[in-house]
Amino acid sequence: MSTPFYVSPEQLMKDRADFARKGIARGRSVVAVQYADGVLFASENPSQALHKVSEIYDRIAFAAVGRYNEFENLRIAGVRLADMRGYAYDRRDVTGRGLANAYAQTLGTIFSSGGEKPYEVEIFVAEIGAVAADDQIYRLTYDGQVADEHGYAVMGGAAEVVAAYLKDHYTEGSSLEQALRLAVAALGHTESEDRVIPAEDLEVAVLDRTRVQPRKFARLRPERLETVLGPREPSPATAEAPATAPATAPDGVPPAQPGGDEPPVAPPG
Amino acid sequence: MSTDPRLPASFLQPGSSSFSDFLAAQAPDLLPGRRTVPQGNAADLAPHGTTIVAVTFPGGVLLAGDRRATMGNIIASRDIEKVFPTDEFSAAGIAGTAGLAIELVRLFQTELEHYEKIEGITLSLDGKANRLSTIIRGNLGMAMQGLAVVPLFAGYDHDRVGGRIFSYDVTGGRYEETGYHAVGSGSLFARGSLKKLYRADLSQDDAVTVALEALYDAADDDSATGGPDVTRRIFPIVHVITADGGQRLTQEVVGELAEQVVAGRMTRPGGPHAPLNPGRTEGGQA
Repeated sequence: MSTPFYVSPEQLMKDRADFARKGIARGRSVVAVQYADGVLFASENPSQALHKVSEIYDRIAFAAVGRYNEFENLRIAGVRLADMRGYAYDRRDVTGRGLANAYAQTLGTIFSSGGEKPYEVEIFVAEIGAVAADDQIYRLTYDGQVADEHGYAVMGGAAEVVAAYLKDHYTEGSSLEQALRLAVAALGHTESEDRVIPAEDLEVAVLDRTRVQPRKFARLRPERLETVLGPREPSPATAEAPATAPATAPDGVPPAQPGGDEPPVAPPG
Repeated sequence: MSTDPRLPASFLQPGSSSFSDFLAAQAPDLLPGRRTVPQGNAADLAPHGTTIVAVTFPGGVLLAGDRRATMGNIIASRDIEKVFPTDEFSAAGIAGTAGLAIELVRLFQTELEHYEKIEGITLSLDGKANRLSTIIRGNLGMAMQGLAVVPLFAGYDHDRVGGRIFSYDVTGGRYEETGYHAVGSGSLFARGSLKKLYRADLSQDDAVTVALEALYDAADDDSATGGPDVTRRIFPIVHVITADGGQRLTQEVVGELAEQVVAGRMTRPGGPHAPLNPGRTEGGQA
């Protein structure tokens, strides 16, 4: 019989957090952008069937990165919770805050319980109100922390780079078209170049308060994306890129620039 | 509902994409069919909804319902709504015990939306009609004690390209109807009226007029069906479903058509005449 090794609680939590973070960083980013009529979500996701962004209820949407089976479980649980509450009480009694709280408690418990592996997911729960000032985006991390996001939010693989681009270019009260162009440009932005993501590889959805139906969630199909985005050029010599690419590179970006000494690594899948 | 803020473990388990199945496992008391009612006939305890008509036309289908609910000889409500959209491409009208029927429709609406959200696609129109069968069948015990609910279900079928109508009996039996149908206490008179006025090539506006004429005829001969209330300006609810989705006509639009129907009855109380000669298809419109 060997005596069990002593592991300090700090080390244990750090290991679990590192494990979850690594899993999340492997995926591609999801962007949420607030615009005049609601919230827009965009992600690079070539699959037409496995969604990262989905509807939960009338005014509530869900977006996630990380392990698909884990966030799909959370999504279904959220739909069940919302539908059950809406059926038992009233449709207006289903709130994003309540849902975010349920997710936070669930993720927090799983993270700190020794028996289960922590979920490798990060989640946005967004809810739109009657006016833009009432819109909410909640960010939930693998350990159950909740943060209130304003204007825009990014999670997943290259979150820092994408967030830096959004920080420089985001304006409040923009139109859907502007918000879409911004989100797609941000997703394609990397330290070295600005990629053009084909419309078929984009998953875009909105919570749009101008919809007449009570259910405000709608997906934007590739055909619609093509018409809104128009012709895009692959080089950084696009209309808005010249100002940004050199401007963002010097400040704050880690030194993984072209020509660095680091060995090449596989791009995040 | 539980007070634990965490999501219950059962919520996180993979399972059925049916909301009523989930409810049966998690909160069976919320299912309308799971309640036990004491022995006896409860038919006179609660208001009854009356007549619903459905008419197809090229490109879609519509459901219309009068606004009366009765309790014995009393008019329990003169502005009740008995036609509900169940999702974007379907709607249900209800006759029978009003309170239970509204609850069943709410369950059915949630069932369709739940499936759509979990699976990412909508049920086929036949799938929806069958789910409604199951829900009605769950109410059989209540129906035997006088609390029957009989819906009329209509929807646009993208696979068959056109509107379809389904009627039900209290045991959940599902029957597809051709062209038009009516349920409820005034349905015999409405069906007779529809039989004479319906043609396969009706425009959407004409189909609405035909439905309003049928409801007028039902109200004419059935005391439990309400006619257009021109003094209070309460008009039938009309829900039209086409390939572009469902839409409830505004009270202004329905009011205008209903007033034309009423005006026609001023000169011809029996309504428009159907042609006697079957060779001539054009029937007179009031």
